[in-house]
Amino acid sequence: MFARRAQILQRQRQALQDDNRSGLPSKLSVNFRKYLVLAGVTVFAAAGDSMLSHGMKQTGGISVNHLQGVIFAVLNPWVAVGILLLLAFFATYMTALSWADLTYVLPATSLGYVILALVARFVLHEHVSPLRWLGIVLITGGVGFVAGGPSLTERHPAHLQPESSESGDEVSVVAAAAKAPLLAKDARNGAPQVGVKGES
Amino acid sequence: MKAVYTWSAILAIVFASVVGDVLLARAMRQVGDVGALWRRAGLGVVIGRTLGNPIFLLGVAAMAVAFFSLLFALSWGDVSLVAPAAASLTFIGNAVAAKIFLHEKVDRRRWIAASLVAAGVALLAG
Repeated sequence: MFARRAQILQRQRQALQDDNRSGLPSKLSVNFRKYLVLAGVTVFAAAGDSMLSHGMKQTGGISVNHLQGVIFAVLNPWVAVGILLLLAFFATYMTALSWADLTYVLPATSLGYVILALVARFVLHEHVSPLRWLGIVLITGGVGFVAGGPSLTERHPAHLQPESSESGDEVSVVAAAAKAPLLAKDARNGAPQVGVKGES
Repeated sequence: MKAVYTWSAILAIVFASVVGDVLLARAMRQVGDVGALWRRAGLGVVIGRTLGNPIFLLGVAAMAVAFFSLLFALSWGDVSLVAPAAASLTFIGNAVAAKIFLHEKVDRRRWIAASLVAAGVALLAG
């Protein structure tokens, strides 16, 4: 536990050094990229879900007694594309969680429900009841509330991108550990300098 | 009696997906900023480090449990009850769990946001 904490601190320090060394892109473009990821979470989830449900309605219901029907369902192009989109959703969701709070990502990406309702109303020409419009207003309000605040709150022990150091600390630690016995052997043989060459 | 089954399945969905979300969030916090890591070390390292994280795998397992609970719930109850109830309760549960287990600072702004979204989802899918 403490070792882990120390490791994270070490990485934070490394990350800060890296940031200072390499001229990072401007804050604006970083923010833009993050909003793009959040939009990706929203759109991929909404599109994936609707394609999947459209495809599953085409293939018909799957009964518990005929579970192999699931395999045939994947052959439906709508279902296949829906699964790909949901994979994309999962990747973008994980990306967003890597730099933002869970309580930020979830409300911020719930606009997908609104998109689905709007698609239902204006593309599929379904009836959207007043209660549902109220739901859309509430969700949009909630998204506005959370989007105005910080994406990452300060109480995180590891809020400074823990593993952005170059080439991974573990690798060099493992390499050093692997070298240690070699060094000892070399020392015994009277040639202590050999293993040091590769390290910088 | 069917209502009891349905609601226990809904609670199982909520519990499993809150556990899954918290585990996945914690795993990704350990992996670190994916974009920065990708630029520095390549996509292979990002994928390897994510899939090699035991907490990530536990999170995915919890999500699978949530999915199968959803199937059970749907076999007992209507979609129009199960989907919105599970989704909106998950929003509230996540806010509580993120505060306790992820030490996120859930301030008034975020409580309001989570409650508004939860209410909105319940209305929208209902």
